[in-house]
Amino acid sequence: MSFGKVRFEKDSAEAVDNKALQDALVNVTNKFRSARRNASELVPGWEELRTRARDIKRETIDNLDKYLVKLESSVKKAGGHVHWAGDGEEACRIILNIARKNRVKSIVKSKSMATEEIELNKNLERAGIRAVETDLGEYIIQLAGEHPFHIIAPAIHKTKDDISRLFSEKLDIPYLSEPEELTKVAREKLRSEFLNADMGVSGANFGVAETGTVVIVENEGNARMTTTVPRIHVALMGIEKIIPRYEDLSLFLTLLARSATGQKSSTYVSFITGPRRDTDKDGPEEFHLVLLDNGRSRILASEETRESLYCIRCGACLNNCPVYRKAGGHSYGWVYSGPIGAIINPQLMGIDQAPELPFASSLCGACRDVCPVKIDFPKVLLELRQRVVEEKQKDRVGWRSFLEGLAIKTWRIITANVKLYNIALTASYYLQYPLSMGNNKLRSLPYPLSRWTAARDFPAVSRTPFRKRWKDLKQTVGKGGVNIK
Amino acid sequence: MKAYLFITCLVDTFFPQVGEDMVKVLDRLGVDLEFPEAQTCCGQPAFNSGYRDDARIVAERFINIFDQALKNDQDEDSYIVCPSGSCTTMIKVFYQELFTNDLLLLDKLNYLTSRMYEFSEFLVKVLNRTDLGAEYGGAVTYHDSCHLLRELGVKSEPRQLIEGVKGAELREMEMHDACCGFGGTFSIKFPKVSVSMLDEKIESIVNSGANTVVSCDMGCLMNIDGALSRRGISVKTKHIAELLASRDKEEK
Repeated sequence: MSFGKVRFEKDSAEAVDNKALQDALVNVTNKFRSARRNASELVPGWEELRTRARDIKRETIDNLDKYLVKLESSVKKAGGHVHWAGDGEEACRIILNIARKNRVKSIVKSKSMATEEIELNKNLERAGIRAVETDLGEYIIQLAGEHPFHIIAPAIHKTKDDISRLFSEKLDIPYLSEPEELTKVAREKLRSEFLNADMGVSGANFGVAETGTVVIVENEGNARMTTTVPRIHVALMGIEKIIPRYEDLSLFLTLLARSATGQKSSTYVSFITGPRRDTDKDGPEEFHLVLLDNGRSRILASEETRESLYCIRCGACLNNCPVYRKAGGHSYGWVYSGPIGAIINPQLMGIDQAPELPFASSLCGACRDVCPVKIDFPKVLLELRQRVVEEKQKDRVGWRSFLEGLAIKTWRIITANVKLYNIALTASYYLQYPLSMGNNKLRSLPYPLSRWTAARDFPAVSRTPFRKRWKDLKQTVGKGGVNIK
Repeated sequence: MKAYLFITCLVDTFFPQVGEDMVKVLDRLGVDLEFPEAQTCCGQPAFNSGYRDDARIVAERFINIFDQALKNDQDEDSYIVCPSGSCTTMIKVFYQELFTNDLLLLDKLNYLTSRMYEFSEFLVKVLNRTDLGAEYGGAVTYHDSCHLLRELGVKSEPRQLIEGVKGAELREMEMHDACCGFGGTFSIKFPKVSVSMLDEKIESIVNSGANTVVSCDMGCLMNIDGALSRRGISVKTKHIAELLASRDKEEK
């Protein structure tokens, strides 16, 4: 599976027809939704916490240059190395160089969306270095050669049977039907990977500018192992993951765990400040922080959509999104999915690679209600829609967008002139007549409304629109209409 | 007190009965009514599709028509009332995005916004009425339309109004605040996802045991009704204005 142009309509339609996938989606979104709701209700002043987190994020992102330089100096002071990667290719090259310099043969990885974004594993493999995912979900999708289906639960679309068959085929073991047996196999395989690895690559949930601390949250303990057992630790962090002060962590950790899984705290929270110190009994000899831009500064440059960078990757927007609940993660065509994918994929990939995504939303706003940093998703989506239209008009591509543009222009000319509007009302009534035959519902209409009538009836245009009725109504109103006491 | 009706193109074109019922309800409450006849649409279809220049032309026209109406008015106590949470949102929330630099227009807009209400909110918050003497037989379930709920924050008002209807019993459906899958052109661009969202909504409505589903937006209701009617499910859809006007009709 590799990235190409996003095909949301096609892929989401296939997802809707996949019964097992639909069941999995309902289960996982329901589970996470109620967990988040219950956990957040127990925190007094939850709303104020979200507002505070948004304020901190806004200030940080507005002054990102300053904080990044501060982070760099803090990491160096703690004995770590800092690398700047303009794009995914450069990030891969940096990590590869660190590996080569240290004669690294095998790498263990903990879960990181940034490494998915730059397709690190594939790039390392090309250079002859094996990288093994150690988060169970990531391990599964790595075996399957897929991308994450969900930001925090990458393999939720796989059934138990899928995994049994996958393990049997890829690990050359008999078919095991019990989850405990499967987990045991993964555990044994991964244990030896940890012990043999020369290098561990992790992501970063937060990077604290003040202290140079990288914070990683997880539930399996594999990230703790990844960052402490091998002799080199490389953390890849998107530049927007920065927070200013150590004391801000309590707020963000409170919001992240509850918004993501409904936990009060993740099972493991690792605070990593530089490599092993002389007094430490264990830990890596070298610590590298790779700061990844990969399109983020482009988002930063846009005042209208900058808040896309406030995201702390909790996945709450996915779980609350009625569209994600149907379309599933892979329809979004890249590593990020759901509402956050709909706003950042087009911005990071380039809008021409994902022109459907800003439209892949009913603008219901349920995502904004649960976002721990209150990203105004509908506002950003609407802004991006405008950009898609501008791009398309420039390129004049496709008959569909040509028709759409023509339809909107016609609509505008009619709507901006009440005489034309009146004529259009009357004309529509008569034009529809062969289809309605006087009924108030239409069962079939030509394209594009055929896409509606395939499964739904469409209302017929009224013979007497309101504005005609008003002429009679205004004679009767105001005559002391029955005043109800 | 006077109310200028913004009837919306959807009600005007497809559901004039809803507009008529809104007129009946407001007239009974003694509100003077005007219908500025130059009105057409708020511009949301173009705005949501990303065509802001086209939306701006239509929006500017809307602002000028209603600004003129309010200005010519001697009555200090004048409002704009609209039977749609979505169109009201377009004007009160999204118009701001269209005219960020035009101070004169923004000034007019701010005044309009301060005088404008969605119908159910107007009844409860401005007129302070929840019992309008309406009668309706049967169990009613309420669908929260997304814009009304999340952009305008109107949640309890329609429910209070339903509870004020004699004979009507409000039965909340499980997924009352889940989107029905309409989303304007979303329903045409991604029909499979849209209908799948609608499936869950319909299931939720049917499971509530209500014989009528009420909402404050005809966009949602035409989507919901489109599926109910296609599938031959006997649950009725009613705009809240129709429910509130239904005392002089034989309704079962």
